Amino acid sequence: MKKTLSKNNFHSVGNSVIRNDVIEKVTGTAKYIDDYKFGDMLYGATVRATVPHGNIKSFNSALALKIDGVIAVYTYKDVPGKNEVPFILNDYPLLASDKVLFHGQAIALVVAKTPEIAKFAAKKVEVTYQELPAINDVHQSLKKDAVKIFGNDNIFKRYDIIRGDAENVFEKAAVVVEGKYTTNYQVHAYLETQGMVADPQPDGSIVIYGSMQCPFYIHDAIVHILNVPQNKVRIVQTTTGGAFGGKEDVPSIVAAHAALAAYLSKKPVKIIYSREEDFQAMSKRHPSYIEMKYAADKKGKITAAQVRYILDGGAFSTLSPVVLWRGAVHAAGPYNIPNVKIEAICAATNKVPCGAFRGFGQPQTTFANESLIDELAVKLNISPLELRRINMMKVGSRTATGQKITRSCGLEKVIKQVVQKSDWNKIYLSPEKRTGTIRTGIGIAASFYGVGLGAGGKYLDRAGSYVQVQKDGTVIIAIGNTELGQGVFTVISQIAAEMLGCPYNFVRVLKTDTTRVPDSGPTVASRSTLMSGNAVRNAAGIIRLRIDKMVLEMLNVKSGAVKSNGKNYFLSSDPKKKVRYQDVVKKCYGKRINLTSNGWYAGEDVTFSQETGQGNAYYTYSYSATAAIVKVNTETCEVSVEKLVSGHDIGKALNPQLCEGQIEGGVIQSLGYALTENLIIKNGIMLNPSFAGYLIPTSSDIPEIIPVIVEEPYHDGPFGAKGLGEPPMITPATAIANAIYNATGWRTDKLPVTPEVLLDIKKHLWKKI
Amino acid sequence: MKIKFKLNGELKTAEIVSYMTLLEVLRDTFGLTGTKCGCGNGECGACTVIMNGHPVRSCLILGVEADGSEIFTIESVSANGLSDLQKAFLEEGAVQCGFCTPGFIMAGEALFKRTQNPTDEEIKIALGGHLCRCTGYDAIFKAFKKVKVKKTL
Repeated sequence: MKKTLSKNNFHSVGNSVIRNDVIEKVTGTAKYIDDYKFGDMLYGATVRATVPHGNIKSFNSALALKIDGVIAVYTYKDVPGKNEVPFILNDYPLLASDKVLFHGQAIALVVAKTPEIAKFAAKKVEVTYQELPAINDVHQSLKKDAVKIFGNDNIFKRYDIIRGDAENVFEKAAVVVEGKYTTNYQVHAYLETQGMVADPQPDGSIVIYGSMQCPFYIHDAIVHILNVPQNKVRIVQTTTGGAFGGKEDVPSIVAAHAALAAYLSKKPVKIIYSREEDFQAMSKRHPSYIEMKYAADKKGKITAAQVRYILDGGAFSTLSPVVLWRGAVHAAGPYNIPNVKIEAICAATNKVPCGAFRGFGQPQTTFANESLIDELAVKLNISPLELRRINMMKVGSRTATGQKITRSCGLEKVIKQVVQKSDWNKIYLSPEKRTGTIRTGIGIAASFYGVGLGAGGKYLDRAGSYVQVQKDGTVIIAIGNTELGQGVFTVISQIAAEMLGCPYNFVRVLKTDTTRVPDSGPTVASRSTLMSGNAVRNAAGIIRLRIDKMVLEMLNVKSGAVKSNGKNYFLSSDPKKKVRYQDVVKKCYGKRINLTSNGWYAGEDVTFSQETGQGNAYYTYSYSATAAIVKVNTETCEVSVEKLVSGHDIGKALNPQLCEGQIEGGVIQSLGYALTENLIIKNGIMLNPSFAGYLIPTSSDIPEIIPVIVEEPYHDGPFGAKGLGEPPMITPATAIANAIYNATGWRTDKLPVTPEVLLDIKKHLWKKI
Repeated sequence: MKIKFKLNGELKTAEIVSYMTLLEVLRDTFGLTGTKCGCGNGECGACTVIMNGHPVRSCLILGVEADGSEIFTIESVSANGLSDLQKAFLEEGAVQCGFCTPGFIMAGEALFKRTQNPTDEEIKIALGGHLCRCTGYDAIFKAFKKVKVKKTL
């Protein structure tokens, strides 16, 4: 067990207890969705569009239906409710009716007795198209004369955030830098592909089991599509093999397909995606195009920022509006800048839809602002660290939306520790002093991260819980957030144990199920520890009051503060007066005291207004910075990352080992985003939908990783905690890009920085000379 | 087609279709669902089992090829309590979502059966080709190292 970070006065939280789902995972007994079998189960396979844009001319399932073992082929005509997946704008049809907008779009479902027959039959469904001109990139989409595939301008969503008078400041500024940046897709590449089982019940209700982040989103989708009352739908999460945002929006589609087939065939139906299908049909991180400008005075104080931030949304909007919003709110960077103008647009193209992915628009904007900050440092002839120190957010600073940071801001500490632990001062040299074929470089990138949904999903930012102490003192808990591998069930158990005063290993968190707690919003935006943690703290706190009363009675004292060490309760004023936890529970049961409670938490109010683009966007922010040390081979243009030091102010580390796990995993995803992960879509068709073609980091690509945790407590978080899931994915890619610049003087405006990209920069620089 | 092979120490026979992969035979015919399918193309390593002493991708091997062989799956590893490697995975925080874990454990069990004292290089080779998207591999590498330290004491 690792030591705790800061002085820890708690018996449960703050300790690196071993996660509570690990035995089943190391022994292979954990059950993921494809490990479940139901009697008489049928299998679904999806018929998908083979053109990027077209009208459906004909549809013929006769040949497929003749195949032995095929039960049915379902189309949009069979949908009893609305043929649309309810996300935000409801533009995504569950099954295409008259036209298709991307290669891979679902058109029909084949249901058969075995998965092999279903997949074979899906290929025998004949669909013909009248092909239409396709929009391949977002610039084309925004042209006035472009083909219209969404509304009358192809724009899914637009935000403007204006603070002060940026344009005026730019005209008079002492120093101005500007850049144009592009980033490519990123694929979640969770190891378990999408999968669902829908099980119809005799009473006309339906139960969905599957791999998911957001059971309540799926609940709403099934109700919408089947046109059934809400109490007839139950969603149960099975052990989920990774998600990273990829199981936020799209599982609603997979679940609704399975539910439709089960509802119509009256049999359980399982749908498991192949890896190729998962690549082709599921949402991705948005490619971006960002134009950015900073103005500063001669001393390095940034006076204005201007951003034009464009996301390629793909064929349907899914969660694009909120991804756009999060990126936009953070686009000026973690700096105190009085004049800001941000224009954010997400537009439609005839490609696979983009949606949620860890970081949610911020890795893109961070690449722009943190690259440009380094350019500004060059122009001002000061070090990139110094420039960040002058401008970084502190208590009292204001964000681009005018939100005053009043508390819990550890950016300065984070940067300080990252600088120290990366040996920055020893390694840093300006690029022109670097020589040799293989050159070392060091770079840094910083960011801030609004925890939870904030104003982007205001009404969803609440959570319920259910806590029940059993007769033997063990505890059962239900929450609405899901365990995706991040360890939330362990952290929830630690919080409950701390509040109740019981041992951590007495607590069991049930698999998330929509019938146990009210809609608790999605498991996204690093919100689970804050939201469900507080909901559990609330419920356990109610029970603890009853327990404390009984403790006083058992100790024969009228009043006094009761404390716990996780085994015994004792009087704060006289620790020798103690009583065993289990004895108190027994006594409570004997006296018919209720040791069960529901809990609830709703986030603090946020004031952001879409009209003005100003106001408090989030309750609180996590702060992070990553330093990267790289070696660049200036002949082959290969980059090897030697070390990543990634620091995060998360309020309080409730389980330091799990926190380090989030940081290590996140920075390596970001390393892939920086260097190797390069999805190619040509004329609407994905060219490399496999792990052999799309390269996620392997064990041989891994540098030394130093996770750093800073604790600036957030008063409303459970024991001071904020959130950590997403931030580790935000800064490392840009830190790597900045380190490449530091090694070579080659500034990339593109991610990923493949050797080909670097070679282009190198050639370009030669031409200039 | 009929196949006869030793599975987790017991002699088994099965009637299978010729195109079934070993992965499908293990999961569907024998209900051993600890072995996972992450890609079906031999690219991720989640389906690794030990066949005649070697770690292999069960999605790339036909069921009929298993005839006459000896196969160990993740289910055999903890038959007498957790193995040293499984314990090290627990302690080092080498597990997050857990989907890739059985593959990594099987690669490790094959390695430690072959050598009690693998070099860092040998560990890296054993981990090579096993994809994990959650942990960033660092904790997994440390877990392997921990077993090595224990075994050489």
